[in-house]
This record gives sequence, structure tokens and C-alpha cells, in this order.
Amino acid sequence: MLTFTIRRLVLAIPTLLFIALVIFLLLDMAPGDPMADQPLTIPPEVREEMRRALGLDQPVYVRFGLWLYQFFVVEPLVVIDHLFGTAYSAGQARVISWQFKSPVMDIIVQRLPQTLWVVGSAYMLGVLIAIPIGIVSAVRQYSVFDQIGTFISMVGFSVPTFFTGVLLIVIFSVNLGWFPSIYDTQLRVTDWSSFGQQVRQMALPVFVLALFNAAQISRYMRASMLDNMTQDYVRTARAKGMDERTVVLRHVLRNSMIPVVTVIALGVPSVFGGAIITEQVFKVNGLGALLITAINANDLPMVQTLTFIFAVLIVLFNLVADVLYGILDPRIRYD
Amino acid sequence: MTDAPAAGPSSATKMPMPGPDVRLAAAGASQWKDVWRQFRTHKGAVLGATFLVLVTLFCILGPWIWRVDPGDLDVRNKDLRPIYHALWDSGAKVAWAHPLGSDNLGRDLLASLIAGGRVSLAVGWTAMLLSMVIGTLVGVLAGYFWRLDGVLMRFTDLVLALPLLPLLLVMMLLFRDSLRAAFGPEMGIFLLIVTGIGITSWMNTARIVRGDVLALKEREFILAARSIGTPARRMIPRHILPNVMSSIMVSATLGLASAIITESALSFLGLGFPSDFPTWGKLLFDSTDRMADFPERVIWPGLAISLTVLSVNYIGDGLRDAFDPRIRGR
Repeated sequence: MLTFTIRRLVLAIPTLLFIALVIFLLLDMAPGDPMADQPLTIPPEVREEMRRALGLDQPVYVRFGLWLYQFFVVEPLVVIDHLFGTAYSAGQARVISWQFKSPVMDIIVQRLPQTLWVVGSAYMLGVLIAIPIGIVSAVRQYSVFDQIGTFISMVGFSVPTFFTGVLLIVIFSVNLGWFPSIYDTQLRVTDWSSFGQQVRQMALPVFVLALFNAAQISRYMRASMLDNMTQDYVRTARAKGMDERTVVLRHVLRNSMIPVVTVIALGVPSVFGGAIITEQVFKVNGLGALLITAINANDLPMVQTLTFIFAVLIVLFNLVADVLYGILDPRIRYD
Repeated sequence: MTDAPAAGPSSATKMPMPGPDVRLAAAGASQWKDVWRQFRTHKGAVLGATFLVLVTLFCILGPWIWRVDPGDLDVRNKDLRPIYHALWDSGAKVAWAHPLGSDNLGRDLLASLIAGGRVSLAVGWTAMLLSMVIGTLVGVLAGYFWRLDGVLMRFTDLVLALPLLPLLLVMMLLFRDSLRAAFGPEMGIFLLIVTGIGITSWMNTARIVRGDVLALKEREFILAARSIGTPARRMIPRHILPNVMSSIMVSATLGLASAIITESALSFLGLGFPSDFPTWGKLLFDSTDRMADFPERVIWPGLAISLTVLSVNYIGDGLRDAFDPRIRGR
């Protein structure tokens, strides 16, 4: 298992390099000019000088190499300096955002907590809702509960999050006034009342994302449970005289969880992607909103870095899913 | 489902059907009639298919029945509420000229919904067809020619590891202006969105088709066809494609649903069609600012997207059951 993990990690490096190159070359074709927001009174030679200062006069491979160096060497050094108070990165140029004129990673670190809070809790909640629903639907297949559950999960992943979000805002924040419609990033949780406020403002985006995730995962859970319910070992367990509860929760559930856990792991990066839309609906100032503003502002270093981070997440969680599958199911041998 | 494709699979499976499927041969029916019979027993799928046909007819025939131009600015009658509002609010501003109300520039919501539906459905179908063509091509090539298998599947894995929504957004930004200049504002964006969605959604189809082709290659009728010297260019259209059609159709329904959602998401994020060009997602996005006063402008396009996608998903569910020989005939 360890050798498999190491081999996959090594294989992930060329994949990620290739993805970084694809993103870089795509962005290199962008028609926008980073100098476009500068005043027109700047003389052409100064403008040229500014372009040179940004490194834009260099050929593509030099700029790509520089970005790689900055992302993989300088930024980790900055993290080390920050943690241990050393000064390895002193004087090294970092990836600078064109619109904020400050290091890209600093801005990402500022925005990360909002995304993690909203998206993370939504995903956890989605999983927690989905698994019991999937179990009950499978155990009572074709019952009223199963029919309703299947219908709701069908609706859950057919209705796009931007419509559920907008609908919930109309109902709960406009008409009923229970929850705020806009996420307040400045809110600091200091006491119970501000904690309550935080919970209220998280309620709607979390609910929208949780419904969407729960819809998908509960269907996987139901299908996986149904696959296992007809297996021979279940009949054996029943024949031994075990009560239905033990059969389902001890035997079937544990075996059915194997594919579901990998599906949950695989879904994590796509949640970050899907959260782009939800963040836009509720004006959550997270990574998705950052990407949209960066795209609109033609801030290529920011777009490059963010997109690459999403790619890293995808590759990483693919690996996590494979490893988990091997750990949970001893029948799977990768070596 | 017409009788046209029925000739393909029946000729491909002319050898006696193995196992208990005698009923099939006795009926003398093609596989497709049997699939259709099973499909009709799935209530959700039939409802979904009916709704999809109705929505498509509504969008195609709509402009002839409701003869209002969606771009018409009827400023005298701006900000009208839908006609049914008069039921509970007698003071509401309504007019029969605009049964679903009008927006802040006096554009008719019903006409916009029809025009928007045409664009959304056209984008959905074309993008889905493109992604099916790419996916099937890659899948069949990888499954049939083992030399290509490694390369094509590594490539598929690479594309799957790309963050697709961000890249799609970046593509919109990059090529919008050049394509707009080349094909005009509407056609340019249409081509861009269709190509963008098409080339970012073929991977699952390719994987499924490859798996099916690999399994098919082990079957006797392929061996028989090969032993009489059938070359690949005849083998693929005559024996392989008709037999992977069922998986392609199931993943086509998923593709249609996700293409419609992706298009409206792009429009919703402001990176889709230009603002005076209605699509369902665009209508929804434009109305969110004033949704507190005019919720119907958000709800109607949203309902249109959701119900269409829901019905397509139900059709997919029904098709999957209908194609599954373990369920069929029960």
C-alpha cells in the first residue's frame, strides 16, 4: 500500500506539471493587457519599463519556469519563514496579483476560511444527511419513504444551485426575514449573539450546498446498499439468526460504505468548483468569488494560481480515494 | 423513438438470443421495441419525456403563437406583474398584453422565456451531441485498437483532472472577443459555449464506451465477424456501435442535463451570452437584483431550467432501466 501511494504521488508530479502548462498556455493567449488600468498619460517608454518589471517581455518558457519556481519554491519558503521565523525567502519575488498588487497567496489565505467554513460544513452536513437516507431507502425499497427520498434526491441534483439559492433567499430572507441574504465576511464570533448571527448567515448557503451534495451521495448509498443486500453473506447472517438491525448496520452497511467513501472523497474538489456559483449567489467572499473577480479583472497570475490549486485538489483527492479504497477493502491489491 | 435505428441492432444480433429471452424472439420485435415497452412502464420517465416534448414544442412553435418580440421595449407597460397576481392582489398592475408580466424595460416575460428556451435547449442539444461524438470516438478507438488505448485513456485521465468550471470560465473570457468578431455576437458566443461544454464533458462517455467495447470484443459474434475478415472500418459501424448505443443514449441524457445547467451557470456568472440576448440562465441572473419586488421573474426561468433538467434526468433513469436486461421483461 505504501509503495502504491508513493508511486502514485510520483506519477502525480508530471500530471500536475502538464496541467500547469495547459493552464499557463491557455492564459497566455488572453487578449487583456495588465497595463490597461494604468493612466493613459504614462509615456510609452515608461509603460514598456513597467511591462519589463512585470516580466512580460520574457518568452513563454521563461515566464512559465519563473511561475513554477515561485509557486513550488518561493511560496513554501514563505510558509516556512512564517512558521519558524526564519528568513529564507527574503528578497525572493513571489507570485504577485495584478489587480491587488500584493502576493497572490496572501489573498488566497485571507479568503480561504470563508470557503472552508461554508463549503466544508455544507459537505459534512450533506454526507450526514445522505447516509441515513440512503440506508433507509435501500432497506425499505419501494416504500413511501424510498419513493419520496428518490424524488427529492432527483430534484436535488436537477435543480441548479443558483436557482435553489435564489429561491431560498426570496422565501427566507425577503418574505420571512429569518436569515440574511448576504454573507458578512467581517463578522467576528466573540459571544453567543455573534455566534448566532454567524450560524444564521451560514444557514442558507450551507443548506443549498448540502441539499445538492446529499442528493448525489444518498443515491450512491442506496445503490451500494441494494447491491450488497442480495449477497450471499447477508443470507448467511440472517440464517444464523441475527436480527435485521445487526445484519444491516454491521454487515451490509460496512461493506456498502466502501464505494461510497471513495465517492465522498472524489466529490470534495468538485464541491470547491460548485461553490463558485453558490458563493456568487450569497456574496460569500471566498475562493470562488476571488476567481470570478480575477477573471473579470484579467488578473492572470491569480487565475493561474487558483485554477492550479483546484487541479491539485482534484489530483490529491483522486489519490486519497484510491488509497482509501485499498485500505477499506482488503480484497483490492494494487501491488 | 422511430423505427429507423431498428435495422442496425437486429442485424447485429441475428444469431439466436442466448438464455431465457425467448419472448423477445417470439414477438419478432426488435430490441428497440422491447426497450420502448419497458420504458413506458417507468412513470417518471414517461412524464419526463412528455414534459420535454411539450417544452420543446413550446419553444419551437412559441414565436408563431405568441407573436411578441422578446426585444420589444413596451415602456408604457413596464414592471407589470403576471396576470394571476390579480387573483389575490386586486391593485396589482397587470395586463393581458403581458400574461407573465414585463421587466423594467417593458420586455414581455413570456416572449423572453420562449426565446431563452430556444437558445438554452439549442445549446444543450448541440453541446451534448458534440460531447457524445468526441466521447464515442475516443471510447471506441481506445477500446477497439489496443495500441491507442494507453495514450487515449491517459489523456482522458488528464482532462478529468483539470478543474473544468474555472477553465470553462477562462475560455469564455479568452475567445469571446475574437469569435464575436468572426461570427457575430450571437453565433460567436453560441459556438464558444457549445464547444466549451462539448470538450469539457466527453470523458465519462469515453470511459463507459471503452469499457463496453472491451467487453464486446470478447463476444462470439465479433469473433465470427472477424474470422470472415471484416475490416475495422466495417466492424465498428456495423457491429460495435449499435451495441454500445444503449450506454451512449443513457450518458447522452446525463450530458443534455448537465449541458443545460452549465450553460445557465455560465450565463448566471455573467460569462455567457450578451445581456440583450435572453437565455433561461441569463433571465434568472438579470432578475436577481430585483427579486424582492418581482420574484416571478426569477421563478419562471428557474422553474423552466429545473423542470427541463429534472425531466431529462428521469428519462435517463427510465432508459437505464429499459436497457438493463436484468430488469427488462419483469
